[in-house]
Formats: sequence, C-alpha cells, structure tokens
Amino acid sequence: MASIVERVLPGRTGATRDRVLSVQGLVKRYGGHDVVRGLSFEIRRGECFGLLGPNGAGKTTTLRCCLGLVEPDDGTIELCGEPVPKAAREARVRVGVVPQADNLDPDFSVTENLVVYGRYFGIDRATLDARIPKLLEFAGLAAKAKAQLRTLSGGMKRRLTLARALVNDPELLILDEPTTGLDPQARHLIWDGLRNLLAQGKTILLTTHFMDEAARLATRLAVIDHGRMIACDAPRALIAEHVEPEVVEVYGDAARAWANAHGRRLSKRLEIAGETAFCYAMDAQPLLADLAARGGVRYLHRPANLEDLFIKLTGRELRD
Amino acid sequence: MAETSALPTRFATPPALSLRFVPVWRRNLLVWRKLAFASLLGNIADPLFYMLALGYGLGALVGEVGGMPYVAFIGTGMVCQSAMFTASFEGMYSAFSRMHVQRTWEGIINAPIALDDVVLAEWIWSATKAAMSTAAILAVLFALGFGRTWLALWILPLGFLVGLVFGGFGLLMTSLAPGYEFFTYFFTLVITPMLLLSGVYFPVDQLPGWLAATANVLPLKHAIDLARPLMLARAPDAVAQHVVVLLAYAGIAYYAALVLTRRRLLR
Repeated sequence: MASIVERVLPGRTGATRDRVLSVQGLVKRYGGHDVVRGLSFEIRRGECFGLLGPNGAGKTTTLRCCLGLVEPDDGTIELCGEPVPKAAREARVRVGVVPQADNLDPDFSVTENLVVYGRYFGIDRATLDARIPKLLEFAGLAAKAKAQLRTLSGGMKRRLTLARALVNDPELLILDEPTTGLDPQARHLIWDGLRNLLAQGKTILLTTHFMDEAARLATRLAVIDHGRMIACDAPRALIAEHVEPEVVEVYGDAARAWANAHGRRLSKRLEIAGETAFCYAMDAQPLLADLAARGGVRYLHRPANLEDLFIKLTGRELRD
Repeated sequence: MAETSALPTRFATPPALSLRFVPVWRRNLLVWRKLAFASLLGNIADPLFYMLALGYGLGALVGEVGGMPYVAFIGTGMVCQSAMFTASFEGMYSAFSRMHVQRTWEGIINAPIALDDVVLAEWIWSATKAAMSTAAILAVLFALGFGRTWLALWILPLGFLVGLVFGGFGLLMTSLAPGYEFFTYFFTLVITPMLLLSGVYFPVDQLPGWLAATANVLPLKHAIDLARPLMLARAPDAVAQHVVVLLAYAGIAYYAALVLTRRRLLR
C-alpha cells in the first residue's frame, strides 16, 4: 500500500477552517483497476482549484468520492469540516454541484426548478422567494422566471444549473466540466458568472479539459492522469516550471522535413503532430531567423501556454 | 470485473428511513399536478371500459358472482388491478425516466438527500398514485350504486398497500433495467398471469385445484380477497394473514430494490 501515496501536497497552510476540502491518499478501484491512485490535495477558502486531466484520468470519480456518493477504497476526505463519506450528507448542505450532464427537471418552469431543488436543502419558502430573483438575475434569466424548461437554450440551461447549485448559498461550488458542449458565447457567460462568484469570495472546485477555461479561472491547478497527480501549482508557475517559455509552431507539408533538418537543432525540444512541428525554446530568435531566411513556411510564434504543459505532462496519444 | 457482478455487503445495509423523503415525494406530486387530468383519465378509462363492457356484457350471461352483480364483482377486481398497474408503471417507466433518462435522482443526491431517501420517496409515491387511482375507480363504482358503505373506504388504504407491493417490484425492475424494453418481462411473466389467476374476472375456486393453489401465493389474490367482502359491507376473513402476505411482498421488493439501486448508482 505504501506505493499508493505517491505525492503529498506541499505543506498545510492555514487553520482547518480555511480548508474547504482536504483529500489525502485517495484510492478508488473498480474491478481490480485503480481509477484513483493516491490522490492528495487541499482547497483553501476563496480559491478556484482546477482539476485538469484527459478523459478517464479519474476527475469525476474524485468528485463523486468528495461528495460521498462513492466509497473510497483508501484515503481520507474532509469536506466543509465534515468527514466524508461518514458525514457526507451534512457536508453537502454547504456544497453546490454543477454536474457534467444536465439534470434539470424538464417538467418544471425555471423558478419551479429552483424552488424544488431548494426544498431538498430544507430551505423554507420565504427564504427561497427572497433568494430566487437574485439567482435568476445572476444567471441572466430574470426574464425567463416563468419559462418552461424546454424553451431554454443549452446555454440558458447551464446557467440555470449554476443558479440551482447556488440555491443553498454554498461554501464550495463544485463544477464538473461546466462548459462542455456550449458555444463560445455561452461559455464566456458562464466564465463571467464564475469570476463574479470568485470576486464575492466563493470557493470553487472545477474539473475541465479546456485549457482556456483552466487558465482563465483557476488560481491553482492540479494536473491528474491515470488517477495520479502529476503537478499542482498556479497555472503560470506550472508553465514556467515544466515548459520552455517560447513556442514556434511550424505548419504544412514541409514542416516535418524542416524540423528534422533544422528545427531539432535550433529547439530545446521538438514535437511533431500531424502536419505541425512544435518547437519549444528558451529563446526563439534563432528559430525565427532560420524560418524567415527560408521563406514560404507558415509559422506562429507564441508564449508557452497550459496546452503545452498538458500535452507535455500527459502525452499526445488519444484517450477514450 | 468481479466486483460488478458480486453484491458487496456495504450495499446490503439496513434502509436509512427518514422524513427527508418528503421533498422528493413533493417533487413528484408537483409534476403529477401538472398532468393530473390526463393521468387520472388514464387510470380510470381503461379499467372503466373493461368494467362496463365485461360487467354488463358478460354479466348478462353469468348473473351474480360471489354474492354480487357481475359488474360489481369485476369492478372490485378492477380497483385492485388498477392499483397494481399504476404502481408498476410508476415504479418502472416513470422511475426509470427519472433515474436514468433525466438523471433527476443524480441531481437530488448531490443535495443533502441520500439515495435511500430517494428510493423511499419513489416507493411511497408509487403507492400514493395507486391509492389515487383506487379512489377514482371506487368513485365510479359508488356512482354506479355499488359498495356504498363505510367499510368500502378501507379499500383506499388497501390500494396504497397494493401500490407498495407493485411499486416495490417496479423499482426492483428499474434497478436492474438497461432500458425500457426490460419491463416487458415483468408485464408478460408477472403481471399478466397475476391478472388472470388472482380472481379479477372470475372466482379463483373455478380453477383446477393445483392452479388455485398457485393463485394463493399471488399478492393480488390476497388484495382481492380483502376488497370483495368490503364492497359487500362485510369484514373479510383472515385479514391479518392477507395483510401480512402483502406487507411481506412489499417489504422484500422494496429492500431488494434499495440494495440493487445502491449498487447501481453509488459506485
């Protein structure tokens, strides 16, 4: 069992009350296959913690364990000061969840969805009546209060799901891939809402495989793969630690030949994917000079980003 | 995948009963209220047609059966049958929609409601609907002039109990169902024989001995044995025995459904 706990997070800072969620040595097996293998992390009040990982990395299983919906095979979890799964129900009183797949009530109007969900938390009608208009305002659905669910767009439904997750004014908001399947406009609206919540001091745990989303929202990121944590830090710090600062992407039929003849020599690290050569360098000037002198090659010079980090840490092969 | 087929003991713990099932039950009630008319119509229309067509059509040939006009005889059977159908449908098609298609249960257990509360709510709800359809058909019988006695009102809680039995079995089927088609097994192998052998259309003692003995293990038969005398303003024989059989079926079905639903959703 010793090998299971592979990585313990850097020191516990602050008192217990500043820790909204603490996961230590989490292990979950399904039929002899380890889905989560000794995962440890802590979420501090007021931060947005991102769990980043390819499909099947164990993100959703980790969330289900944290909510007490799945019993871990090993490890300890403390959510909002309560031990999980033992007191999971008590902990969930102070948590809001935006699930990966929509599960709003299709038979209800927008307001009814919030009222009915609020009752699951034992919130009385007067409190709900006072709270719901604010939630609808926040979600940009004030004009849709009485609308039936089937008349809402995908983006509106997602915003309603977010509003529903806030009906109990939670300490921690857990979002499982909140913008998957949304168009860019709808996605930006969700991001605005989440930034707004962070500004109000809410704590957020977010899983995503959109690098853009992670970069915009997360104060700290954990990259997990095969149920293990590979890295955990602020997004910029992670990039600085793991990836060369400058990237030149070279496109086209000739990219591969150029990369093998010259690119590798001028880069610190070079990867080819399809018809694109990714050149990673501490200083891109020699690469750029060579490409400019040659002419006729399409290329893009940019700073390293989370996608580079993610690919470097989890590889390029496809996950299903 | 040994764990998938085995039933780990952690799922076989006693049911956690609590009043937290109430908001989930109220959720179902709110949906029902939106469609109440269509729902009640569906509950009444089908048994009503059977009752009138067979009751008066066949009734003209057979006259009195079991000490009452055939239309009242079959009407009482229809009350119990309708409770059975309503609860079975609710426990299967409706519950499966909420569990699997709409993922309503998943949303609920993210709130401070346990899966046990959800299953309890669905169970009680299916029995509630059974009691509602019982009331509707009873009202029709009263309107036709049958069973106008205070004792007949006991058929209402009986409908609820029948609902607990078949709602429980419905939920058990739901906990195992890969899709809606799966429920056909239950209708073909359980409901149809139950309907034909329990004495809805004719007294069970018309059957050959071995078949009548088989009928005695069927829960619907016990419900009908209670309902018929009540319609005639008579206290049924062996009330405790019938009630115990129904409660046993209900309890076993509910518990099996609970354990298998936990296994399905909490892993």
